[in-house]
Amino acid sequence: MALTDVVRARGLVKKYNGFTAVKGIDFAVHPGECFGFLGPNGAGKTTTIKMIHCFTPVTAGSLEVLGYDVRRQPREIKARLGVVPQEDNLDPELTVQENLLLYAGYFDIPRGEARQRVQELLAFAGLEEKAGVEVEHLSGGMKRRLAIARALVNKPQLLILDEPTTGLDPEARHLVWEKLRQLKVAGVTLILTTHYLEEAAQLCDRLVIMDRGIILEEGSPGELVERHVGREVLELAPVDGEARAILSLVAGSILAHLTIGQTLYLYTNNGREIWRQVQGLNSYFSHMMLRPATLEDVFLKLTGRGLD
Amino acid sequence: MDISYRAWKVFWRNFVVFRKTWLTNIMFNFLEPLLYLAAMGYGMGHYIPAIQGMSYLQFLAPGLIASSAMWATASECTYDSFVRMKFQKTYHAIVATPVSLDEVVVGEMLFGTFKSVLYGTVILLVILFLGLVRSPAALLVPLVLVLCGFVFAELGMIWTGLVPKIDTFSYFFTLIITPMFLFAGVFFPLDALPLVVQRLAWLIPLYHVVELVRPLVLGQLSPVLLVHAAWLVVFIAIFFYPPLYLLRRRLAG
Repeated sequence: MALTDVVRARGLVKKYNGFTAVKGIDFAVHPGECFGFLGPNGAGKTTTIKMIHCFTPVTAGSLEVLGYDVRRQPREIKARLGVVPQEDNLDPELTVQENLLLYAGYFDIPRGEARQRVQELLAFAGLEEKAGVEVEHLSGGMKRRLAIARALVNKPQLLILDEPTTGLDPEARHLVWEKLRQLKVAGVTLILTTHYLEEAAQLCDRLVIMDRGIILEEGSPGELVERHVGREVLELAPVDGEARAILSLVAGSILAHLTIGQTLYLYTNNGREIWRQVQGLNSYFSHMMLRPATLEDVFLKLTGRGLD
Repeated sequence: MDISYRAWKVFWRNFVVFRKTWLTNIMFNFLEPLLYLAAMGYGMGHYIPAIQGMSYLQFLAPGLIASSAMWATASECTYDSFVRMKFQKTYHAIVATPVSLDEVVVGEMLFGTFKSVLYGTVILLVILFLGLVRSPAALLVPLVLVLCGFVFAELGMIWTGLVPKIDTFSYFFTLIITPMFLFAGVFFPLDALPLVVQRLAWLIPLYHVVELVRPLVLGQLSPVLLVHAAWLVVFIAIFFYPPLYLLRRRLAG
């Protein structure tokens, strides 16, 4: 293993009672990057990160985190990690400040140092004015920022976030993204799972697309889009099912195509040209739109189905 | 097993939360034994002849120390632990730190034990105030409550590791805790029951707790007390591992 890798997985497998959630995957996370696991529910992304933070035992394969083996050295790993779970697990009866101080105690951080650290984290999370408020009275966005602050109490080298913005309104989501970018600038390695493609595109330097326990693709968001679907997508819904005629017409100018329900997706680097060709057909379309390609298109193409 | 001093951090977490809510918490657990003492000790006791040479109230009072301790721990390590595990995801939060899942379970059991000691001692003080404590040997009661607490914490956590939903705990209380409450010698001596039942009582943890607490409160010291204490230690040893195993299986998969 290259010492510089923060996480290194080889042939990683997880089985639960006969069901194989993760089917032998390989990946590496480099220092200082934001690495994403993208995929629909049940893809195996949460199971994978649970193995990384030593919650779920590995069934087979090897997994090293920060140079330690997850099977033999979970305490060493967990002392250097931060984990932000999908479901809030703050202590609801305690105040914001008490939550942070108590959590610092689990890491054996001395009291005085913990108090200072808590002040810094309250400022980072924008929760200074809420320090004395009990968690059950916070908004969803504030709870999530507190969960992130709590995960940073031990100054982790690696921060793991499971669906960090699921259930948040758009403003709260952007605020969380801003905090995560600040952490990246500060040199913290981030691993996140998400089924929001925009989130992956906004934050991740590199990502893997997972489906049904395997990794389908790996790369930067831009690379993946370019490699699989080109720059643009033309969405067409032909009323009388003329898909075949359209396909033979544009065959020379598309990279790939996909049909989902009544809608035909044409992936291309030359959207205007196809647009003109299709208009020349003189057919009627209930839906016709040319737009830039996104990760969602990559996902659709790779899995033949959408997220959710 | 992966257990260190860190189990106390889990105890401390529960204690910090308890400090915030103790007033409402302690009232309910505290009121019920007093109702029994009033209704059965004073009320019904008036019509009952002396038992083993003492008034029914005097007989019943020490037994209620044992039963309140049992109830306090049994509900802490079932309903309260289950809420922390399943709804608040407290265990998940803690095991993301250097604390292990085994330490979480042991910490929960330590806190359950604390509940026995606390509630049992409160009842002891009430009984003292009522003039029903006959011997300074009663100072040893809190030690007995530690043993009592640990046994019931283990039994409670076993169920917490097993039950599919929170309602399923009613089986534990109806089939295990309530029968112990009624047939372990809290309300009447077991001498009158068939010999088989008396022998079976030795398998009931609460029986040994009652057989320790009552003589200590009454000052009837004898070597047999050590035998009862030894039985409790054996129960603790037997039931220590199953909760760890069941919760590992339940949470970590």
